[in-house]
Amino acid sequence: RQRLPQLHLPVQNLGSSLYSSAVLPDGVDRSSDAFSHNSAAAQELVSQLHSQISKVLGGGGAEAVKRNRSRNKLLPRERINRLIDPGSSFLELSQLAGYELYEESLPSGGIITGIGPVHGRLCMFVANDPTTKGGTYYPITVKKHLRAQEIASQCKLPSLYLVDSGGANLPKQAEVFPDRDNFGRIFYNQAKMSAEGIPQVALVLGSCTAGGAYIPAMADESVIVKGNGTIFLAGPPLVKAATGEEVSAEDLGGATVHCKISGVSDHFAEDELHALELGRNIIRNIHMAGKGPFDSQHIPSEYKEPLYDMQELREIAPTDQKQPFDIRSVIARVVDGSEFDEFKKLYGSTLVTGFARICGQPVGIIGNNGILFTESALKGAHFIELCAQRNIPLTFLQNITGFMVGSKSEASGIAKAGAKMVMAVSCAKVPKITIIVGGSFGAGNYGMCGRAYSPDFLFLWPTAKISVMGGAQAAGVLAQIEKINKKRQGNEWTPEEEERFKQKVIEAYEREASPYYSTARLWDDGIIDPADTRKVLSLCLTATVKSSPEETKYGVFRM
Amino acid sequence: SLSSLVDNGSGCIDKILVANRGEIACRIMRTAKRLGVRTVAVYSDADRDALHVRSADEAVRVGPAPTRLSYLNSSAIVEAALRTSAQAIHPGASKKIMGAAGVPLVPGYHGDEQNVEFLKAEADKIGYPVLIKPTHGGGGKGMRIVERPGDFVENLLSAQREAAASFGVNTVLLEKYITQPRHVEVQVFGDKLGNVIHLYERDCSLQRRHQKIIEEAPAPNVTEEFRAHIGQAAVSAAKAVGYYNAGTVEFIVDTASDNFYFMEMNTRLQVEHPVTEMVVGQDLVEWQIRVANGEPLPLTQEQVPLNGHAFEARIYAENVPRGFLPATGTLHHYRPADVNPTVRVETGVEEGDTVSVHYDPMIAKLVVWGHSRSAALVKFKSCLSDFQIAGLPTNVSFVRDLASHWAFEKGQVETHFIEHYKDDLLIDSASKATNEALNASKLSAVLAAVCLCQKEHISSAEAIPCNDRLVSLWYANPPFRMHHSAKTMVEFEWDKDFDGSFGGILKLAITHQTDGGYFVEMEGDDSSGLEVKVLHSGENNFRVEAGGLQTDVTLAHYIKDHNKHIHVWHGDHHHQFKQTKTIRQTSDGGSHLKPSLESSSHPKGTVLAPMAGLVIKVLVENGARVEEGQPILVLEAMKMEHVVKSPRPGIVDGLRVTSGQQVFDSTVLFNVKENNTS
Repeated sequence: RQRLPQLHLPVQNLGSSLYSSAVLPDGVDRSSDAFSHNSAAAQELVSQLHSQISKVLGGGGAEAVKRNRSRNKLLPRERINRLIDPGSSFLELSQLAGYELYEESLPSGGIITGIGPVHGRLCMFVANDPTTKGGTYYPITVKKHLRAQEIASQCKLPSLYLVDSGGANLPKQAEVFPDRDNFGRIFYNQAKMSAEGIPQVALVLGSCTAGGAYIPAMADESVIVKGNGTIFLAGPPLVKAATGEEVSAEDLGGATVHCKISGVSDHFAEDELHALELGRNIIRNIHMAGKGPFDSQHIPSEYKEPLYDMQELREIAPTDQKQPFDIRSVIARVVDGSEFDEFKKLYGSTLVTGFARICGQPVGIIGNNGILFTESALKGAHFIELCAQRNIPLTFLQNITGFMVGSKSEASGIAKAGAKMVMAVSCAKVPKITIIVGGSFGAGNYGMCGRAYSPDFLFLWPTAKISVMGGAQAAGVLAQIEKINKKRQGNEWTPEEEERFKQKVIEAYEREASPYYSTARLWDDGIIDPADTRKVLSLCLTATVKSSPEETKYGVFRM
Repeated sequence: SLSSLVDNGSGCIDKILVANRGEIACRIMRTAKRLGVRTVAVYSDADRDALHVRSADEAVRVGPAPTRLSYLNSSAIVEAALRTSAQAIHPGASKKIMGAAGVPLVPGYHGDEQNVEFLKAEADKIGYPVLIKPTHGGGGKGMRIVERPGDFVENLLSAQREAAASFGVNTVLLEKYITQPRHVEVQVFGDKLGNVIHLYERDCSLQRRHQKIIEEAPAPNVTEEFRAHIGQAAVSAAKAVGYYNAGTVEFIVDTASDNFYFMEMNTRLQVEHPVTEMVVGQDLVEWQIRVANGEPLPLTQEQVPLNGHAFEARIYAENVPRGFLPATGTLHHYRPADVNPTVRVETGVEEGDTVSVHYDPMIAKLVVWGHSRSAALVKFKSCLSDFQIAGLPTNVSFVRDLASHWAFEKGQVETHFIEHYKDDLLIDSASKATNEALNASKLSAVLAAVCLCQKEHISSAEAIPCNDRLVSLWYANPPFRMHHSAKTMVEFEWDKDFDGSFGGILKLAITHQTDGGYFVEMEGDDSSGLEVKVLHSGENNFRVEAGGLQTDVTLAHYIKDHNKHIHVWHGDHHHQFKQTKTIRQTSDGGSHLKPSLESSSHPKGTVLAPMAGLVIKVLVENGARVEEGQPILVLEAMKMEHVVKSPRPGIVDGLRVTSGQQVFDSTVLFNVKENNTS
């Protein structure tokens, strides 16, 4: 049965003007021969078109579709259906791309593109079809991909790349690889759009091999599916040929490798449906992407309270600084509904980053869960960049003993990793609020937006301790120097004298690290009751809102 | 059953403390309000926000959740009344009266004489069948039912032996055994002037776990003569004890002989009093207040009308298939039947409330009146079909099945009714899975899926920021697709928590039609699919046309234990489905550092120091059996303590470090061997 699609548009009330617009006459003579002739011809044309369409809707054929299903993968249009809002429309483009273009058939050019809304925000979708030639890029595939990016760029639409592709089609490399509007242009476009504040998001639902690997790597934020998703410049066969190393696809470039170790991907998805859900969350958290002025209508008037007792914040931070605690238990008592969409959860796990809302106001939260390592600092810098791109205020929850020291750490470039975080913190032109909930030592204080980084507000919990380093460590360093000095003067130091010396240093550090010492000197904006944290943050956030967001420009990141 | 605290001269109560909770407290306050009498509620900590507390003008906390410490704490209740200057407490001290002069008791012998011949003579006097019961003990041990005189002695001797063996005492008592008993009770009312009248009887035979679930007034299948007789007996009983205020005289009726016997008298307003109110057209709480004020009864015995018939169902949170065990949970969806002058719903809860373990799990009473028993029954069943509860198991559909049973329709009620017809009423889920039931369930799934689809469509359109009117074009119905129709896939599981009738997953493919309707196909189903259109939709209510048939559909859904539970009601059907949400917790990023990655140069299970530091605690010894994630030692570095955990289950081996030892980055700390290697 032929179903002619119709779009029922809601009737808009255009006001009660006395002068209505001129209404055009019907102008069609339905009794004419020409009309009936046209009508028959039109019927023929439409059914011809629909038969072509129904062919391409089947993708690369029943066999390939079956194979795809057996891997727990959906077809590209089904993926898009689950990403866009329930019941919303999808404007698919160039369905018949690739029609009679090559000897072999290439339904829809091997890639599905189009526009649809996610959480009310229109997005451009670019979805590889793995059932047609393994999702590889033919010249027309590249052209269709670039055209979608062109539209996204002109209309400023966040772009979602549903990646499942073997990369460039090798036999056709000469038409795919070298020219201006060839494969390389995809990444050029991603870079340019990201710079313009148009979010670039990749969902790795299958393989991303060779050039394909750069799609998630160039994305602002990416998701990868356990088992199905892989990202590598060369697959296992090529690796073996090149270096002799034998490695499985999952160990070479699977979700665990990229979410935990390399940091190439940010979100670990248990399965494809989870990945699509994460994709929707990313778009929801994009929130105010773009350059529009701040609009309080984006802030819902109703919001959920945290699920857990805020009074317990008083008991969470231990008075003994050595005892670690999970900063998530603080976040859970501060944010709306205790809902926290964590970014790069598995990578650099001593820093916790993620998106949440406080009394309806969006916020990016950065909290410490231990010492800052190179990975944690890189993660922090990445997250700050995301918030700056999207004009999302930042909240720092400091409990930091410092950056990792030691030869291994120095050799990994901890200083430049820390510098990247400091650069990002310094330059991001978004509201910043810092709460020191525990320790605030050394450069950790800087990377986590201490007083010198001009946070809009900085508050302390009574458990806060602020100093360049711990008292015991300082005493050790000073004692060593003093000892050498004494020795040079020919004086011996008795152990009792040394102990007394150290004790004095420790006492001085203790005194100067106290939150009262800090607040007396206005190094902060006050000591707050931990139980009031949510209240204070929500009030501060409303005060930091600026009439229009400022553009962030960074200096040179030392790589 | 109203205690006056103060005699304030004028004799008129203007403020009353209701020492109860739930629906009965709400019901009393409703009448009090109508009469302009101020109300005071009492509450336990578990009921701070309960409906009965919010319904009162004032409320006083009387203690923690357990009733013993709150609602039954009489000194706290009296103190609450004094504090709020209430002149009366409802209910007053309530007591049971076990015997009264001139009222027939179940014939029997309860004396000390245990001589066999003597007992035989007593049994013959009582008439057979006779029940022999040990005076000590219980649980049916040593009980004998004797049908014929010739069997008596033999049964008596074995009962005595069994009693002696079980309880150490062989004394027994004899009672008339009533094969088909009914529970019939009479509402009586007395005033302070010595007048006592009755307001006819109620039949409360339908019971489970010795608790009533359906009551009706008047009792079905009794003669006018019986009615007058039992009413008069009840009045005599009340008069014999000089009773005033509301009371209930309970009788056991032998259906074989139509004889009735006194059981006990309750000196309070019973849960089931509304059925009496409906047939006599009176407000008994108002009577209580007037009697407490010293007024005479509003009516004489001759003036009490008896009009039509009324049923009451007690809606409980309970698990019917599991022996009617009380259930607890949250009322995620609660839509009782619509009330009108002939339909009353007495409830102490609202949607979102919790039924806790502390109190009686009764959710509501449904009371329905009709001009005759059959007219009332039609309305009763229809109201039960409309009674919607989701979130916890209830007896609603069981009570409806009960009310629809042919024997109940004929009024053939008796105390053993449910036991008697258990094969009809308590069929197990397997035999419930008839084709008819399966098809009804599938239709429910289709309707639920379509309504959910429509609802999600509407809510996603409503969720877009209001200033973004342009985007709303993208949410037109049907959703636009280029040259094809949009398709939505819905998967349901039958909700086994409630009825394990069918297994497996239902997969529904919903194609959006150009007219805004849906075409639904079910995977693995022979039928060619169903055209469904949602004609009207509200928050939870939908008018749906499916295959040319229009019906009202109600939907409720809530999340519990990571599952989305979906309830659908249409016509007489109520089905529930769930959608499993897989738990999406990726492995814990954790506050503690993971041991360094195992490198190829070390055997599997080797744990290296994650950083340079001082070992401050070693928690296990070599050879210890450990679980994955179990803390093995604590390292102090960078002013923080770090717990090093076992990477896998197994046995700790090669643990070389000791407390106080300095370790360097990547020092081998220990190895965890797999269990099977020694």
